[in-house]
Amino acid sequence: MRLTPRFLLSAAPLAALPGRAVAEGMPQLHFGDPLLQGQVVWGALIFIIFYFILSRSALPRVARVIEKRDARIKKDLDLARQSKKEADRAHQELLDAKEKAAESARADIQSIRDKAKAEADAQSAETASRLDQEIRAAEKEIAKARSDALSHLTDIASATTATLTERLLGHYDSDTVTKAVERARS
Amino acid sequence: MASGSTIDALGQFELHPILGSFGETLCLSQSPLFMVIAVALVLAFLYIGMRPAAVVPGRLQAAAEVGYDFVRDLAVSTIGEKGTAFFPFIFALFFFILAGNYLGLLPFSFTFTSHIAVTLAMALAVFVISILTALRFQGLGFFKHFMPEGAPMALSPILIPIEILSFLSRPVSLSIRLFANMVAGHVLLEVFASFTIMLAGLGVVGHVLAVAPVAINIALTALELLVGFLQAYVFAILTCIYLSEATSH
Repeated sequence: MRLTPRFLLSAAPLAALPGRAVAEGMPQLHFGDPLLQGQVVWGALIFIIFYFILSRSALPRVARVIEKRDARIKKDLDLARQSKKEADRAHQELLDAKEKAAESARADIQSIRDKAKAEADAQSAETASRLDQEIRAAEKEIAKARSDALSHLTDIASATTATLTERLLGHYDSDTVTKAVERARS
Repeated sequence: MASGSTIDALGQFELHPILGSFGETLCLSQSPLFMVIAVALVLAFLYIGMRPAAVVPGRLQAAAEVGYDFVRDLAVSTIGEKGTAFFPFIFALFFFILAGNYLGLLPFSFTFTSHIAVTLAMALAVFVISILTALRFQGLGFFKHFMPEGAPMALSPILIPIEILSFLSRPVSLSIRLFANMVAGHVLLEVFASFTIMLAGLGVVGHVLAVAPVAINIALTALELLVGFLQAYVFAILTCIYLSEATSH
């Protein structure tokens, strides 16, 4: 591989240019070339114009869009945070209301239960006293019936004894019978 | 182009007058033409991209905003809050060089960043601006940076000239880095392209072999896309570093 730079001398179109410094080697080093000097001046001019367009118009435009977006995002975030706070508060209120409702329901249930218990107690007490009375009345009646029965016992026993004695002996002595029945009873 | 068995890899950097005698009088070559095209493309990119000014950007607007944010972050993160004042300058430099580098990759185009005169002019502009900025922010205290702090006084006769030399070499290295990268890349592309033409002259075998330099050129084009971006980035970030040095202390 032979890297032989072809020199400007051999380039016909350039050689034809009058008043042009023609040198060998890299074209970038032909500092006498007016085109080379010209590109520095033009380049400086173009770069300065480029700089001013960028700094005055193009870059601020990009900056505005980015700032607008940042502001928008911040606003949306704030809004979202605000909404979240409100939602949290609403949620908390809901929880509180639920708690309160549950509390009052519990209290109601308790009071109803207490009332029902009191009623039941009262009713059972009434029933008990009524039964008690009835039992007592029944007992009194039984006692009365018993004493009645006992009071008639002597007469029945005397009559029975008198009848039996008359059947056996043909006659009876009512005093003796009465005495005998009295004796048997005591 | 290849002529005979020699390869003219440097002819692509020649300047030719445009617009006939009118252009010749004004020293207009294809170089300023491509500068105008580059600037117009960058501005069109920004203006057309930002025209919707949408809150949710489309692709082109997103690209324009990415370009804006990229350079802005570069400037502000390196220079600090004072960097916002220099941001348009850094943006202009970065996109001027980037557009120049990428335009040069198109066939029949011209790479104005492959001219040392152009890159040196930009580097000198950066150099002068950084000196003026330093004088404004630090006053005459700027000059005491040529004597590193904490160094023994006895070394000052050696240190001060070294520091001055390294400071003065900044525009040189800045301009030659970009210039040399672009020249090297384009020379390589030209050389391999010429190989293809030369091999094609060798008949059937040559036609088959000629595929290889084309494949290499495709790879080189990809590499040049990387280099073109990287050099624009390096130029911009070095500018930022020089300006941050000038604004600090």
